Amino acid sequence: MARSQFIYVAYIRTTPEKLWSALTDAEFMKQYWFGNHCESAWTAGSPWKLVAGDGQVLDDGEILEADPPHRLVIQWTQRSRPELTAEGPSRCVMELEPTGGAVKLSITHTVERDPSQLVTAVSGGWPKIVSNLKSLLETGAVALAEAYPVGNAA
Amino acid sequence: MPERDDTDLLFKALADPSRRKLLDLLYAHDGRTLGQLCEHLAMTRQGVTQHLGLLEAAHLVVAVRRGREKLHFLNPVPLQEIYERWIAKFEAPRLKALENLKQNLEKDHG
Repeated sequence: MARSQFIYVAYIRTTPEKLWSALTDAEFMKQYWFGNHCESAWTAGSPWKLVAGDGQVLDDGEILEADPPHRLVIQWTQRSRPELTAEGPSRCVMELEPTGGAVKLSITHTVERDPSQLVTAVSGGWPKIVSNLKSLLETGAVALAEAYPVGNAA
Repeated sequence: MPERDDTDLLFKALADPSRRKLLDLLYAHDGRTLGQLCEHLAMTRQGVTQHLGLLEAAHLVVAVRRGREKLHFLNPVPLQEIYERWIAKFEAPRLKALENLKQNLEKDHG
């Protein structure tokens, strides 16, 4: 079957427990996800949504697997752009593996179609979010306060 | 933030045209096997394997085993760190100044 996928990996000097909490705590999330946050009970079968600072639901779906602090699988449908919603649900897998003094965070996002505009869209976002999360956990401050810094806006 | 060993690995990995070509190939189409990547480079399989090894050490490429195949994915997270550390910081004040200049000039004009 045709499929689009990306895999992003970051080694973050923290513990799996702290990283899991950073990935699931709404208030903490706002700091590295440009004011957005997720809402969910974070257990298999519970609903999940990504909410913008102004309350708009950007994406929604369901938690397919939750095995803290190792593995989280989200069924993820885009809701703010009709052409991306039309691509149907995608699947986002987050894996946390301790390696030495760090945790390897792997984020795999898959859509069962090729090409996929959704994968193109999220490909631009994830590196910034993961990089911000890494800076925040390691240094206590984010590197990038805005998703599109001055001069980068189209 | 102190400079780290992985920053050295990252810049070393980028300091070679064949390795940059491999990144471009993966950007154009992610999830390729060694054989598929070799088709686009005029070098031996061993040569490509070595280059991929350095890219993996710098975390610019992630290899995932799927059945009997090993697929290679571009991982742009370290590039984002270079952008934040070496570009955004130096560029933002200048771009802001340019933007202010533009706004002032256009205001006078109108």
